Amino acid sequence: MNKLLSVQSLVTSLNAGTAIVDDISFDIAAGETFALLGESGCGKSMTALSLMRLLPDGVHLKQGAVHLTNENILMLPERDMRRIRGGRMAMIFQEPGLSLNPVMTVGAQIAETLALHQDMHGAMAEARCAELLEQVGLSDVQRRLRAYPFQLSGGMKQRVMIAMALAGQPKLLIADEPTTALDVTIQAQVLQLLRDTQQQSDMSILLITHDLGVVAQMAHRVAVMYAGQIVEQASRVQLFAHPAHPYTQKLFAALPHANKGQALAAISGSVPALGSAGVGCRFAPRCDQAWARCHAEMPGWTKLPNGQGVRCHLYDTDEAGTTKQPSGISASQAEQGSSSRVPPQRSSENSLLQVENLRVHFPIHKGILQRTVGYVKAVDGVSLTIAAGRTLALVGESGCGKTTVGKALLQLVQPTAGSVRFAGNDLVGLGAQQLHVQRAGMQMVFQDPYASLNPKMRVAEILQEGMDVLSIGKNSTERQQRIDELLDQVGLAQASKWRYPHEFSGGQRQRIAIARALAVNPSLLICDEPTSALDVSVQAQILNLLKTLQQELGLSYLFISHNLAVVEYLAHEVCVMYLGRIVERGTVAEVMRAPHHPYTRALISAVPHIDGSGIETVRLEGEMPSPTNPPQGCYFHPRCPHAMDVCQMDYPKATHVSDTRQVHCYLETTEKVKQS
Amino acid sequence: MMPVVLWTDAMIFLLLATILAGAWHIRKWPHLMLPWQRVATSSMGMVSLLILSLFMLVGLLDSLHYRIALPEKNNGQTVYSAEVVSAFDALASGLKSRTEKTYSAPMAAYLYAKENMDTLEGKILRDYPRLRFGGVHLSDVGRDWLGDVVQKAARGALAGLLLGVLLIAAIWILFLRQRGDHLPLSKVADNPRKALLITTLLLAAFFGAVSNLAASYHVLGTDKVGQDVLYLALKSIRTGLVIGTITTLVTLPFALLLGVAAGYFRGWVDDIIQYIYTVLSSIPSVLLIAAAVLMMQVTIEMHPEWFETSAARADVRLLSLCLILGLTSWTGLCRLLRGETLKLRELEYIQAAQAFGVSSPRIITQHIMPNVMHIVLIAMVMDFSGLVLAEAVLSYVGVGVDPSTMSFGTLINAARLEMGRDPIVWWTLAAAFGFMLVLVLAANLFADVVRDAFDPRLSHKN
Amino acid sequence: MIAYLIRRILYAFPVLVGVNLLTFALFFVVNTPDDMARMQLGMKRVTPEAIEKWKQQQGYDKPLMLNTQAAGMSKISDTVFFEKSVRMFAFDFGYANDGRNIAREIQTRMLPSLAIALPTFVVGLLLYITFALFMTLFRGTALDTLGVTLCVFLMSVSGLFYIIGGQFLAGKLWHWVPISGYVGGTDSIKFILLPVLIGVVGGIGASGRWYRTIFLEEISKDYVRTARAKGLSELRVLFGHVLKNAMIPILTGVVVVIPLLFMGSLLTESFFGIPGLGSYTIDAINAQDFGVVRAMVFLGSVLYIVGLVLTDISYTLVDPRVRLQ
Repeated sequence: MNKLLSVQSLVTSLNAGTAIVDDISFDIAAGETFALLGESGCGKSMTALSLMRLLPDGVHLKQGAVHLTNENILMLPERDMRRIRGGRMAMIFQEPGLSLNPVMTVGAQIAETLALHQDMHGAMAEARCAELLEQVGLSDVQRRLRAYPFQLSGGMKQRVMIAMALAGQPKLLIADEPTTALDVTIQAQVLQLLRDTQQQSDMSILLITHDLGVVAQMAHRVAVMYAGQIVEQASRVQLFAHPAHPYTQKLFAALPHANKGQALAAISGSVPALGSAGVGCRFAPRCDQAWARCHAEMPGWTKLPNGQGVRCHLYDTDEAGTTKQPSGISASQAEQGSSSRVPPQRSSENSLLQVENLRVHFPIHKGILQRTVGYVKAVDGVSLTIAAGRTLALVGESGCGKTTVGKALLQLVQPTAGSVRFAGNDLVGLGAQQLHVQRAGMQMVFQDPYASLNPKMRVAEILQEGMDVLSIGKNSTERQQRIDELLDQVGLAQASKWRYPHEFSGGQRQRIAIARALAVNPSLLICDEPTSALDVSVQAQILNLLKTLQQELGLSYLFISHNLAVVEYLAHEVCVMYLGRIVERGTVAEVMRAPHHPYTRALISAVPHIDGSGIETVRLEGEMPSPTNPPQGCYFHPRCPHAMDVCQMDYPKATHVSDTRQVHCYLETTEKVKQS
Repeated sequence: MMPVVLWTDAMIFLLLATILAGAWHIRKWPHLMLPWQRVATSSMGMVSLLILSLFMLVGLLDSLHYRIALPEKNNGQTVYSAEVVSAFDALASGLKSRTEKTYSAPMAAYLYAKENMDTLEGKILRDYPRLRFGGVHLSDVGRDWLGDVVQKAARGALAGLLLGVLLIAAIWILFLRQRGDHLPLSKVADNPRKALLITTLLLAAFFGAVSNLAASYHVLGTDKVGQDVLYLALKSIRTGLVIGTITTLVTLPFALLLGVAAGYFRGWVDDIIQYIYTVLSSIPSVLLIAAAVLMMQVTIEMHPEWFETSAARADVRLLSLCLILGLTSWTGLCRLLRGETLKLRELEYIQAAQAFGVSSPRIITQHIMPNVMHIVLIAMVMDFSGLVLAEAVLSYVGVGVDPSTMSFGTLINAARLEMGRDPIVWWTLAAAFGFMLVLVLAANLFADVVRDAFDPRLSHKN
Repeated sequence: MIAYLIRRILYAFPVLVGVNLLTFALFFVVNTPDDMARMQLGMKRVTPEAIEKWKQQQGYDKPLMLNTQAAGMSKISDTVFFEKSVRMFAFDFGYANDGRNIAREIQTRMLPSLAIALPTFVVGLLLYITFALFMTLFRGTALDTLGVTLCVFLMSVSGLFYIIGGQFLAGKLWHWVPISGYVGGTDSIKFILLPVLIGVVGGIGASGRWYRTIFLEEISKDYVRTARAKGLSELRVLFGHVLKNAMIPILTGVVVVIPLLFMGSLLTESFFGIPGLGSYTIDAINAQDFGVVRAMVFLGSVLYIVGLVLTDISYTLVDPRVRLQ
């Protein structure tokens, strides 16, 4: 193997002494994509910054060696290291929006790298900039060169970042969560771009990610990190076929799957805090295969016969004299769900929530007198129905208006038009008093567990607030009882009610947020991306909890998400939103297995699958237009691979494909015409 | 003796009561205690707090006012002196009463200016006369002065040191022993106890030396009418503290209510509040203060009948100055709070409360106020030193405190006129600037520590 | 962009009206002209005639807001409010107690004020930013700590001390420059030097620390990491990237004071005997010349609002997000 980069026992620690990256070794071959996989806080980004020697203040490299083509770059003087940064080794970051200098043109920022590393200036540099922008797939290059970052969308900014990295003709590209901040369709574009570039230039990529799907699509080899250490290293094929480390196995098992009957195999507890590691294996407290030795002794690095490496006592050859073979994910490891599926119901019967033609328009003021010159049509005529005890998922990319729908239902945002009938009462236009009565019925669980709990209130006070306001429970003893009950229900110790939010982890906070919503006995929960800020292992816990609560309490959910895998696991029906409107609706099985609308198809195919296969890929060009100024005709037609003339004329009407299914697309009508 | 409660006295004690009540409240809430514990672990913070509290002690003693009963009676009724004095005056009565004829340099035994004196032989001699009080016990100044000063200073320092040790021992026995090392303080690296101990002993020795010397000399000299400058400087402390604290107290309700209301309600409420503070802040602050103070002066001059004593009048003028400073300076904090509230109101926990139908006043008091209090606190401690400095400038400009009120500004103002003399009369200026520097520096350092402890943007990883 | 600026300028008018009403209320409603007359003429034994005479001299003998005796437009225009407050919009400030035209006085006094304030501002700004950049470059080291400590110490010293101390050292002790008086033309340089030096030194503490905070905030942002990942040296990161972005918060605080430079500095001018607007204001305050104080309040607000508009314009120079939207 032709080693490009070789990292040996790298240790990076806080100035106070805690090691964040603890004795990490790996090699990357030329032309290879090496993925560093791990959950938040495991030290994977710090590993990347250590390689670049760009550690933030307060963190320093303690020991180790990093050889880039036989040169130990940790020993280089800073001056020479600068030649390597941006030259032989380039890096792109997670937040393209924040990673570009907002007051410099895109061209100037790329030219800076060219001047430094290629000694290119003036017209030559400009020509090369244009070439690079073209290479990363931007159109109208001359204009883009003079554009400022704020004039570009997120996907375009990440392309510019890549162009900037390529400008130095790097041998190694470090990509730190390059697509995490992007929508799935854009993610697919950027990943494709990275693959294409790699093929053209024989560049190596160190891909840092938390997303198994991205790994499956991109990586040749994978290292799994946990709490500052690499716990497993294998080729992608090996890893996906036989994950060896219990943590890796659990990670796979925790992914939401289509089998709704089964609860997800969540990993109990949460990722340990930095520096809290004891003497034993760091995963031992959460591992259900751990025994005494795991808690007492740090496992060494074991090389398995098939080349896979693992840091686990299960594979120590001296232990019991036998080597356990890496086992696949067995069904027994996933907790057996106790429930059977809720029988499918016709949604129009006993519907709990009925939304007709909901519109939320925000006015745009402009000019000297601040006249209203237009509207941001965040939600533009959405109708949906949720039956008691069912889950409706609202799926779409960021900016499609799905969160606004949730808020408008709760009247947190005043709807511009339409009706929201909840348990028989229309909520739109109700006065504060009348609305108050209805408040208890519908509650919301928010996306960010760190922003959704008041840091200055204790858990008991947080849970009690809604009960106080809506007069649930007769007196304080009754309310205290209810609080204890709620904490039990969401799986938290009763003692935690006297603690403050900052003492809890993200997953625990989300449990508190769910308990707060449940405190007033709602019949409908609006869950706005409740797991998108959580790690996969914790996400599974929350999804299981939501599922259990639905079975026990007969709750209905409006589940707002961009994550199709989660939706497939949890929801009964799905509505797909694009630019403020629903383009397709139906049961999960219908929509996910056989999507009709081209947008739905693209959305589903853009999700990286863990087997690395994916369905046939439908690649979408461009990005979602602004809701201020939606395209004439079908909103989707500028990006649609099947766009016809008729699509540019009028917005397509609903076509009923089946009892439960509607699609807004001219393809449906034409096909129907053809069939009949 | 008749106790007199001046307006500013009342405000000061109200403020003290609020702080004590606040401290009592905070003690019970660990999350409120947390930032203060961070302050308590900083040597810099604790030492500056120690120095600040000494200033505050002087200020508080100087705020216990009363009038002395005169010996004669009027129709059986006790007659009280027109002069309002304070507990501090009583403690420092020696300093206050030992006035010389005019200027004398620090530690001097002779007057600053030559005078004609009759000698025993009946001739008229023009020389520096001996002081009435300063160094009067020295028989031969040239020979004994230095030795006497060193001896007195050393004795005082030793006595002070002894007292300091006793004090520390008493505190240790009373408070720290039972809790011993269970305090979280002992575990952290930057343990302020050592620094506090050293500072306390040094200060004790210093005060011992100064007070021993002050009994027989004018440590900081005397001013034009022969008053002890040390006494004047100590009396000025109260004025500085009043301006630094009461002003913020006035600022607070405006800034907090208007800022939070503007940020939370937005719309026309926001428009009106923004308009008000744009108007106020568009007038250069010195001019606005000057204009307001001039008008206030006119009002006070026109109504002499409102005030029983001259002290009451000067006090009302001081309070008005605080009010005016407060009314003209709330805009900065208001803008800050408005911005923070705008950010907070979009947070999900506020929306969660709105989803329960929690009323706006309750959301403001329960959710927004507690989460902006750190900004208010930081602004309060940061403003303090600026206000102390501003007093001096305003008094110089002529829109400060009443000329009869002792303050750093009036001290500087009086001394400035004597800059032309030769040899130069430097000690009044030096005393005023020196006291101000120590007070403001301590306040600034303490404010820095408080800000670092409360600023959520600085992560506090231990 | 243009519409935005026009809006800002239009907004200035209601603000000025507010300032005008506020000063009117302060000067004529809180205390009546009679009170002021009594104050001016001495409290004891003032005859009503003397008061009337004074009011007539000052033009305060008219009704405050509405002249019921007059006819037509003069119902409104023949009042104290119109004469004293509304006319200020035309920069007609009336006469001072000594009978001089305030507007003309302001014109002649602006130049000396500017001669001190402008160099102080420019030299100060350059020095403070350099000092702050230096501290930022050495952040986390002993040099930075030393710089910050120095700043805190310097900002704890009273502004009066800098002036008095500076005058004493440079003027009396070392006889470098004259410490008072002012002559225009090329000679003015020796009168300007010391006040400018003192002004600059007096501001180091607070400003140096403020700029340092801005730079530190900026340097912790993600784009700085990108710039470093390109292989740029720390100096080029600081000057090429951080400084450009930091200009936005710096301009917010800096541009707004530029027009106010015309107003001069109260303390410096009065200590150095410079015949500028600052000393004019102080003299007026000491002489309780309400007309001048009122004029200066109004002028100050106008200049402040000009500063706000200038700030908005300056954003368009450094921030493309403002320029292009």
